[in-house]
Amino acid sequence: MIKKLLRSVRDYKGHSIAAPLFICGEVVMEVIIPTLMASLLNYGVKPGDMGYILKMGAAIAGCCIISLFFGVAAGRSAAIASTGFAKNLRHDMFSRIQSYSFRNIDKFSTSSLVTRLTTDVNRLQDAYHMFIRVAVRAPAMLLFSLIMAMRLNLKLSLIFLGAIPVLVVGLYLIMSHAHPVFERIFKTYDKLNRVVQEDLRGIRVVKAFVREDKETEKFDEVSEQIAADTIKAEKILAFNAPLMQMTVYICIMLICWFGAKLIIAGGSGMQEGDLSALLQYTMQILMSLMMLSMIFVMLTMSRASAERICEVLDEESTILSPKEGAVTEVKDGGIVFENVSFAYHPGKDVLHNVNLNIPSGANVGIIGGTGSSKSTLVQLIPRLYEVGEGKVTVGGVDVRDYDLQTLRDSVAMVLQKNVLFSGTIKENLRWGNEDATDEQIKDACVAACADEFISQFPEGYDTYIEQGGSNVSGGQKQRLCIARALLKTPKILILDDSTSAVDTRTDALLRATLAKTAPGMTKLMIAQRISSVQNCDMIIVLDNGYINGIGTHSELLQNNVIYREVYESQVKGGGEE
Amino acid sequence: MNSGKKAEPRRNDIPGRGVRVPGQKLDMKTVKRVLSYLGAYKLRLAAVFACIIISALAGVYGASFLKTLIDDYVKPLMAQENPDLSGLKWEIIKLGIIYACGALASFGMNRLMVTVAQSVLKNIRQTMFARMQRLPVKYFDTHNFGDTMSRYTNDTDTLRQLISQSIPQVVSSLCTVIATFSAMLVASVWLTLFVVVTAFAMMLLVKALGGKSGRYFVKQQQSVGKVNGYIEEMINGQKVIQVFTREAETVEGFDELNSELCGNAAKANIFANVLGPVMNNLGHLQYILIAVLGGVLAIYFPATGLTLGGIMAFLQLSRSFTNPVNQVSQQINAVVMSMAGAKRIFELMDEEPETDDGYVTLVNVRRGEDGGLIECGERTGLWAWKHPHGDGTLTYTELKGDVRMSEVDFGYVPEKIVLHDVTLFAEPGQKVAFVGATGAGKTTITNLINRFYDIADGKIRYDGININKIKKADLRRSLGMVLQDVNLFTGTVMENIRYGRLDATDEECIAAAKLANADSFISVLPDGYQTMLEGDGSGLSQGQRQLLAIARAAVADPPVMILDEATSSIDTRTEAIVSKGMDGLMQGRTVFVIAHRLSTVRNSDVIMVLDKGRIIERGDHARLIAEKGQYYRLYTGAFELD
Repeated sequence: MIKKLLRSVRDYKGHSIAAPLFICGEVVMEVIIPTLMASLLNYGVKPGDMGYILKMGAAIAGCCIISLFFGVAAGRSAAIASTGFAKNLRHDMFSRIQSYSFRNIDKFSTSSLVTRLTTDVNRLQDAYHMFIRVAVRAPAMLLFSLIMAMRLNLKLSLIFLGAIPVLVVGLYLIMSHAHPVFERIFKTYDKLNRVVQEDLRGIRVVKAFVREDKETEKFDEVSEQIAADTIKAEKILAFNAPLMQMTVYICIMLICWFGAKLIIAGGSGMQEGDLSALLQYTMQILMSLMMLSMIFVMLTMSRASAERICEVLDEESTILSPKEGAVTEVKDGGIVFENVSFAYHPGKDVLHNVNLNIPSGANVGIIGGTGSSKSTLVQLIPRLYEVGEGKVTVGGVDVRDYDLQTLRDSVAMVLQKNVLFSGTIKENLRWGNEDATDEQIKDACVAACADEFISQFPEGYDTYIEQGGSNVSGGQKQRLCIARALLKTPKILILDDSTSAVDTRTDALLRATLAKTAPGMTKLMIAQRISSVQNCDMIIVLDNGYINGIGTHSELLQNNVIYREVYESQVKGGGEE
Repeated sequence: MNSGKKAEPRRNDIPGRGVRVPGQKLDMKTVKRVLSYLGAYKLRLAAVFACIIISALAGVYGASFLKTLIDDYVKPLMAQENPDLSGLKWEIIKLGIIYACGALASFGMNRLMVTVAQSVLKNIRQTMFARMQRLPVKYFDTHNFGDTMSRYTNDTDTLRQLISQSIPQVVSSLCTVIATFSAMLVASVWLTLFVVVTAFAMMLLVKALGGKSGRYFVKQQQSVGKVNGYIEEMINGQKVIQVFTREAETVEGFDELNSELCGNAAKANIFANVLGPVMNNLGHLQYILIAVLGGVLAIYFPATGLTLGGIMAFLQLSRSFTNPVNQVSQQINAVVMSMAGAKRIFELMDEEPETDDGYVTLVNVRRGEDGGLIECGERTGLWAWKHPHGDGTLTYTELKGDVRMSEVDFGYVPEKIVLHDVTLFAEPGQKVAFVGATGAGKTTITNLINRFYDIADGKIRYDGININKIKKADLRRSLGMVLQDVNLFTGTVMENIRYGRLDATDEECIAAAKLANADSFISVLPDGYQTMLEGDGSGLSQGQRQLLAIARAAVADPPVMILDEATSSIDTRTEAIVSKGMDGLMQGRTVFVIAHRLSTVRNSDVIMVLDKGRIIERGDHARLIAEKGQYYRLYTGAFELD
């Protein structure tokens, strides 16, 4: 997993390596200083040698400046490396998501993808930052301080060798007890956020059913759990500080005692200043152990984020262009389904043994109840989903043999849940064709009956569409989406319930102009209104994933029960449409 | 199917925990209020304070010990032939005892603080949520979703840091500083002066660097906003991107924003990163300067009484003086930030809650032998309004579902009236439909009936009772609502249906699902009724979600039902079946229907055509068609709805 993530470091490798190196330099300087200080005290202050004091002082100041330089350089490199790593990671994930098939997208919810790209990446950025700064610093500090301490006095340094294992074992015990509780807390936090989120989103439902108390109860339950768990975990962590302090204190006491004895006895070369330096090293050694334990916590804390990111990176697109010999031209708009079955979840077929033969240029209507798999059926044509069994051919070629881009450029589809993007109307329409001239855009809009309302906007085609198209009405949005699809000048146009918010008159007009503008284009139209499909050359009635009937309006009225029922449900009560 | 119904576009994201902009001023009122939450734990906090002091004193004693060690023992003992170490031994044991006290105190402080901090946070969190539940719908309509959400995430998190980290650290730092300062003064006045001056200079530097980094953090936050917005929009439209094979362009657009973010983030972080080494090394510099200065004082000014041990002790002390000073100055930003967070939390708590002066309640009744209504506990299918009067008497009025609005004016904001002089009446058992273009005020009328909003002028009577007199909870309990935008909760399908009536049995829930025609699709879900729904039922189609919402309302079995575009995503054939089921359920009860699809409203008893906040036509289908007015034009397709 780590290997996979580290692949995103790429061009920031230099900074990622430089940062720890600079840090080593900084650490070396920091470790030398106490020794120099000891000399200053021993040979400067004690004998009262002012010259030596100044000389040593200057040396130490020099060390400080070098250390400062290394420190600043390390900070800079670490910042660049970690933000760059995050940038690459975001890029890798985002591009990966772009390669997903619909099935891949369905697997992750939109909001979960967004959190993975934002919060989780942030967390990893922090972890990486921490890692390259501290993961080297702490062990280096530990090692160098130990060496310097041993140089000063080997015997006294043995105290550290006793103290380090005690601290390591202690920290390990604390962390291993606290860690599972923390993991649980993170999960509970997710739950808390979810409760708030769902409550906020569904506040009207909550209020309409007078469920405020139930919601509060739900929230309190999770909140209590968080509090209880956190108290439990932090009570364990509370051992941290005293453990650390006790170890430091005992070291100090031992060093004072044995150090003093050595100095008093004399002859060991041990002097007062050395005592001071040894005490410094005590702090440095034990602090770096503390830091190591913190990295450990931090890394395990970001493990969940790393896993979630890897899930995105590991997700293999279920639909790819064939590796070799991909067909790059769609001959015509004929569509054939041969014994096609499809399931979203294994074993739960939603399309059963579908056989269809749609000649190029045909005008086809598809009708069926909620959940009859109308959308599923048409989504197989541009290979947004892969068939389970059987095959779908477009222009006589199996859709799996086409280059994906070729296929999808020839099959334009207006999705049921369609989206406009923030930008002007023109920019949105150019999604269909990057190089469309203003004239082409206008033509498409005329065909989609959108020109009429667009030209009424004060800024016409330059009207800015808000995110999600929230500033145009449902019917207007649908017509813009149709225009966008038309600009692709596709061989096949699929409208998935795309005129549901358009009134019947405009709907009729739209169908009429569509028939005129592109006579050779195969058109598939899913609709709920009989009036939308009754003039089609061919109407397919779907029921629970089975084809229930195929025919023209009058044929179906005669011999198809479902069609007749739908028809009657819409015209019952008088009034011809 | 119009989707632009909500006045306020809502953001569905939770902003990632970002760095808030430092530099706001500290608001004393907020500080006081946070402290007032802590006030409930006075005794424990007093104990915490005592622990902090003990711990600080132990630290200072330890640092000063060097002086005693060197000057009182090492030096004199060195001069002796046969040094007697027993005094030193006792001195070290004494030190050990004091140290043990210090460690014990810090342990006690941590343990106590954990409980206090978590209890306070829990209180704040739960108060906030409970208060939020009492806010009127208006609040939720006018406040950004992500913004409210971040009060539970970001703001609470900064508050957690404040209470469990910043406050104890600041207090303990202050204690250490005071104790150390006294000890330093005893050791050497001159050196102390020097330490104070340099520490102050370092603080200024921290502030300057912090300010610089703060500016870049602001920029970084702006870029984060842009990148997150882009991600959200594109991921939401992912399927459209695929259909139009725009993957490459989308990545290109992303990379541009991503690089900008990276640049700003790097700058912000560089400044923050540099702070550490700068402080560290300045600390070292200060340290050697003290040594040099101490040396000078000891050599040339013996009158100051500064000894080698004194200098060594002072060096140790200076560390425990400068470190906490820096810590505090670095904490200041954190404190200011968390206060801003606390302020936002309190803002939410202080929002005006929904007012409810109602005193008329809804009760189950059964009919007595004399035909009068007798209140009873169980569900009888018969409801009555229990109306207490000023003279202490009680009257029961049978709930029939007679809703009358007279001369109602209303606007969401006072400047913009959306309903003008609306008068309407729905008689018990009637199916009343509202038809009209987006913004005509259809949904507004239902918002008024259930008092999501209160009317500005006019009167609404429910079974002859002014709805202002009815307790809101009871009013809403009497009204079943199914809205166009279906909201489901994480839980099983069964639990979601049961949301309508918490004591409904499984059988009742299944019966409701059958009535709503939802049973057939539920039974093919992987685990049937026990299928877990997550992320607002993201695995279901819009139509299926609507069927579930209808089942949820059906299980509540309300006397009056409001269907606001409840079947807009359901095909007409299924709709016909559902509507037949609903008609059966609502036999003799009042139903309000809002629909865009005219086939949905056609068989209503009364159809009201709304236009720009006024009712312009009223009648049943046949009559309105015969009138050849707006409804006729709508119906014949000569006029576009939406």
